[in-house]
Amino acid sequence: MSQVSAVPVAGAPSVPTIPFGQLAPWALFFGLLGTLVLFFVSTDQGAVSLLAGTAIHEWVHDGRHLLGYPCH
Amino acid sequence: MTARAFLIRGLIAGLVAGIATFFVAYSVGEPHVETAIALEESGTAAEEAPTDASHDHGDEAAGGHSHTHSHSHGDEGEDTEVSRDSQRTWGLLTGSLAVGLVLGGIVALVAAGTIGRMGRLQPGQSTALITLLGFVAFALVPFLKYPANPPAVGSGDTIGDRTALYFGFVVVSVLTAVAATYVALRLRNRLGTYGGVVAGAAGYLAVMVVAGQLFATVNEVGDFPADTLWFFRRASLFTLATMWGVIGVVLTGLVGRLYAAQTERAQRRALAASL
Ligand SMILES: [Zn+2]
Repeated sequence: MSQVSAVPVAGAPSVPTIPFGQLAPWALFFGLLGTLVLFFVSTDQGAVSLLAGTAIHEWVHDGRHLLGYPCH
Repeated sequence: MTARAFLIRGLIAGLVAGIATFFVAYSVGEPHVETAIALEESGTAAEEAPTDASHDHGDEAAGGHSHTHSHSHGDEGEDTEVSRDSQRTWGLLTGSLAVGLVLGGIVALVAAGTIGRMGRLQPGQSTALITLLGFVAFALVPFLKYPANPPAVGSGDTIGDRTALYFGFVVVSVLTAVAATYVALRLRNRLGTYGGVVAGAAGYLAVMVVAGQLFATVNEVGDFPADTLWFFRRASLFTLATMWGVIGVVLTGLVGRLYAAQTERAQRRALAASL
């Protein structure tokens, strides 16, 4: 896309890219882990309960409100 | 420039952002959370109290709602598991750090995928742009449709619907932002940077205005005092802005340094080869 538009000036090499193939496993792993963590902070033991009880909800309660997630 | 190098820097940025977010949320937001909880408790107690004309909104904050949410706020007794002191300190810190680390890592991996692919932007510049787009799509626009609510606002009966609406809107917003960015980069080849950016931004705006019309409105504010509601929501916006702002500043700085170091190494190698 952009590589054709600019003739690389000496001292300003064109920006390297990271192949999507190299990125994919990291994105998949961290994406899943991150979604799970976000779920526990934002939603669990509210609208949906993965774990029984209210302890997690109680513990992150103020964060849930102040970070803008629906709480109660 | 590897995915791993980006993720590490994203987690560092997220850690710093989580700590900063906690301090902002604690000092700016918690006073209004406390006010809201006090209103919630006096509201349930004062339901039979005489309502003094239309001006005394404070005491009837919770009036009109069936407050059946299963969790208490520490002072209510019953199934209290976490004290208010813990909720507003360690609990808030836990939430801030967890969300900071997750967002920092995700933003860094998205930034890793976009370096060298966003026109002629340098890695630090595209990273800053990605963080800004993330703030708008993931936090700001959802907030405009479904603003944060303090304790005492919102009926426990509708938490399912409100959660589905909120995250549905977030998903629409993020997917639209991704598509709009892609379209903007494609159009840039034909229309130039100005035309591409305007077209992408207009496209995102158009889709989100329509989505905003289609998604149901939630209004469970009732008689909750307007000033406390505004103070709380403003504090929540400051909290979110701190989170994303610090991630953006720290990650942009770290990615810029990473790229500068790599460029310098490459230049030194080229110089050595030319001698
Ligand atoms: Zn709550």
